[in-house]
Amino acid sequence: MATHRGRGFAAINYPIGMNLGGDPSQALVHSNPDGKFTVALSAIDLGQGMKSVTRQIAAETLGVPIEDVYVDTADSDTGPHDMGSFASRGTHRMGNAVIQASNEARSVMLEAAAEELEVDAADLVTDGKGNIHVKGAPSRSITTMAAAQAAQFKQGRTIAGRGIFLIPLSEVDPDTGEMTPVSCFAHAAMLVDVEVDDETGEVAVIDMQSAYEVGRALNPKLVEQQLRGGAWMGMSHAIWETTEPYYPSREHGPEDFNSYLMPGPGDLAPHHISVLERPAPDGPYGGKGPGEMCANPVLPAVVNAVYDAIGVRIDDLPVTPEKVLRGLKAQGGAKPRRML
Amino acid sequence: MIEFRKEFFADERDDDLNEIGKPTRRQDILGHVTGRSPFFDDHQFDGLLHLRCVRSPHHHARIRRVDTSQAEKMPGVVRVLTGKDVPTNLNTLLSLLDFGIDDEPILSDKKVAYRGEPVAAVIAATEAQARAAVKAVRVDWEVLPHVLDVEEAIKPGAPKVLDIYPNNKFIYHGKYDHQKLRFGDVEAAFASADHIVEGRYQMSPIEQAPIETCGAIAAPEQNDRYVCYTSTQALFFSLGTAAKVLQTPSSKLHFVGGTVGGGFGGKVDSIHEPLAILGAMLTGRPVKYAWDREEEMQVGAPRGAERWYIKDAVNRDGRITARKFIGYFDSGAYTRLSSYAIIKGVGHLPGPYTIPNVYADVYCVYTNRTPATAMRGFGITGVDFAIETHMDKVAETVGLNPIELRILNSYRDGDMKAHRREAKNCALVECCQVVAEKAGITLSAEARAATSLTGGGGERARIPNYTATDQNGRVEGFDTGSYARKSGSGPAAATAQPSTAQPARAPQPGSQPASRPASASRPEQAPPRADPPAKPPESRPAASRSGAMRFSSLSGFRRR
Repeated sequence: MATHRGRGFAAINYPIGMNLGGDPSQALVHSNPDGKFTVALSAIDLGQGMKSVTRQIAAETLGVPIEDVYVDTADSDTGPHDMGSFASRGTHRMGNAVIQASNEARSVMLEAAAEELEVDAADLVTDGKGNIHVKGAPSRSITTMAAAQAAQFKQGRTIAGRGIFLIPLSEVDPDTGEMTPVSCFAHAAMLVDVEVDDETGEVAVIDMQSAYEVGRALNPKLVEQQLRGGAWMGMSHAIWETTEPYYPSREHGPEDFNSYLMPGPGDLAPHHISVLERPAPDGPYGGKGPGEMCANPVLPAVVNAVYDAIGVRIDDLPVTPEKVLRGLKAQGGAKPRRML
Repeated sequence: MIEFRKEFFADERDDDLNEIGKPTRRQDILGHVTGRSPFFDDHQFDGLLHLRCVRSPHHHARIRRVDTSQAEKMPGVVRVLTGKDVPTNLNTLLSLLDFGIDDEPILSDKKVAYRGEPVAAVIAATEAQARAAVKAVRVDWEVLPHVLDVEEAIKPGAPKVLDIYPNNKFIYHGKYDHQKLRFGDVEAAFASADHIVEGRYQMSPIEQAPIETCGAIAAPEQNDRYVCYTSTQALFFSLGTAAKVLQTPSSKLHFVGGTVGGGFGGKVDSIHEPLAILGAMLTGRPVKYAWDREEEMQVGAPRGAERWYIKDAVNRDGRITARKFIGYFDSGAYTRLSSYAIIKGVGHLPGPYTIPNVYADVYCVYTNRTPATAMRGFGITGVDFAIETHMDKVAETVGLNPIELRILNSYRDGDMKAHRREAKNCALVECCQVVAEKAGITLSAEARAATSLTGGGGERARIPNYTATDQNGRVEGFDTGSYARKSGSGPAAATAQPSTAQPARAPQPGSQPASRPASASRPEQAPPRADPPAKPPESRPAASRSGAMRFSSLSGFRRR
């Protein structure tokens, strides 16, 4: 009885958003008299960082410090319509809406500043630290707070902006499947190392090496969080999880986390991630959406690695010890391939 | 453990931004790590009532009678709801996008089509009292034969899961019982291939498994409105669904959410909000409807199972010349999001590779199991498992390193994809190269020199001169004006149309959900296309590219 090591590879791309379009996202941005901005959304933060990434996008576009922006979501009385947080659409669709809303608010802020400085608004720039100044002449400057106060109490301007992002719903040709599916694609390649125990049938993922192309990484920590968690989720889908272990039979369905198998901390493989950033032409600052696709390459990579290790092809997920042992029995023991 | 390879695509990026690209701490992290972020279940009310559902123990059964009289007398029980209490007791989630036919009751009163389907809802003062009263509801069942396997379900004589889809298959575009993809001629390529590689792949059903189970708390608000705290992933989807099901103007509904304990796709279905609000309407008190873990796992919609058959034609050198897919999505008892997942999946085929001949027939199949829904990787995860496992078999067949094989067949900028749009912004080659380098795998000089920016376009940008099309799976009596709307009593629009006609409808996006009847006229978003993109085999080969025009007209504000 022995353990066998194997390597498996997979490469994927992933279409961002609901692929026929017709999924709008709206954003409203406004400033209080101190130049502090509220971004009102009805988007959902599931833990992925929706509030944080839209906050960064708003701060970048407005040209104000991140501390001066607060994202309020989700209340249907105050947040404008959004389709929701799914299909990796949050960053891409809502990010674009926030840029549009922030640009509109920014232009009013610059007009207010221009009136105070007695210059043309087109000559003004922001330094991202709370100041607006004449391009090339930093001394001719006004704080965003002073500009907002002037707008509110002297000039009677509303520093606010509206944004929407919509790819109109498109049709699919029934006869050929011709369609205009999505706006951009993320990419990934994944190599996993596994150990297969030919006595117990257990598979352990012992290492993962990946490259993910995510468009611009708008917040590298949030990207890392998605890639790390998502890859482990993919590993779990490959080896552990299912609601119907004997599909299509409905028997033996798990009812809690004792019977719904998932990896524990000791089962998690080290994951060496490389991030590539090819900005999406239509993404907010080139961002795509790493949230979903990070799990996808792991499933086939694990199956391929098991084959590499013992010569048993398991084309039926998940790769349970029972399937491994039955496969080994059918072919008379492990037959390592070592293709990689 | 993580590195950012800034040298790739550096000339396509401006890395000198103030805030974008910074690892700024999350706005909500202090609240999360100190346990103070308010999730839906943190909004407690005096006199909160608890709703729990009576569920079918059968995979498929007719409901002869539901007797709630005993349950109503149980301690703490305030009200027992059945289907007749639900104003519009039939819905399909994507009706908000005008996609599909209403097929799923909120509380079923005629028959059930999966084990766990709700037939009544008990509202009681405590959760324990609600659980006890659920057991006292008596249902007189007539058990029906059931079907659980997708390929069994589409055989003649299989039990009918849904009356509106008599062959247990969703109807696409009012025309076919599956979604087609046709690009070139796979059969001709198979006939001249050096190798044929075939495989069958089964993707398992999977639970989204968020730590916070799905739920909602609704309460009467002042001024004849209702507030609903919810774990939804899609606030206006849920609001629109509730407004439709309860026949209530959306202005009377105030939804609050946005801070959710994980979703992964399992919180898109808007199951809880309508019943919680209905309970609040009928009792005048706050009502909570939340799943326990068992419901989350066995009644909550999972990622559906998928079965894929793939057949490739491969040259000796490893180039794939044709790829054919037959796919079955197990939608379970109702449509939910499976029909749309297939559209997304078909647009993704044949994976990130440039293959000159591609064919797919993908079926959304109804079976007597828990309806499937969205999950992380919607429409893609299952087929990517199939494609990438299959790629390994191809590599072995031709004796090529699996990474070399991917790079050799990888799509590049300017290539024509099987759905007839040009590939752009590609980066698969680079991802493969980086992983090979990290893992110490030596690639050939050609594979090392490859890039996504070069080698594409030209011949590879061409739509095939000839595409083999067919009328297999043609249905009658469904309206082409919707993706699957059964036509009314009048003559069916589908049969009156020539077979190559584009569906003429251009529905408005779901910004005013629910209040709009599905049959109302809607403003046209895009001009009708005079030139159908698909030609029958005997017509001219050129294909129109009108779809892309609508996209480019919007790009002005998408790029900063």
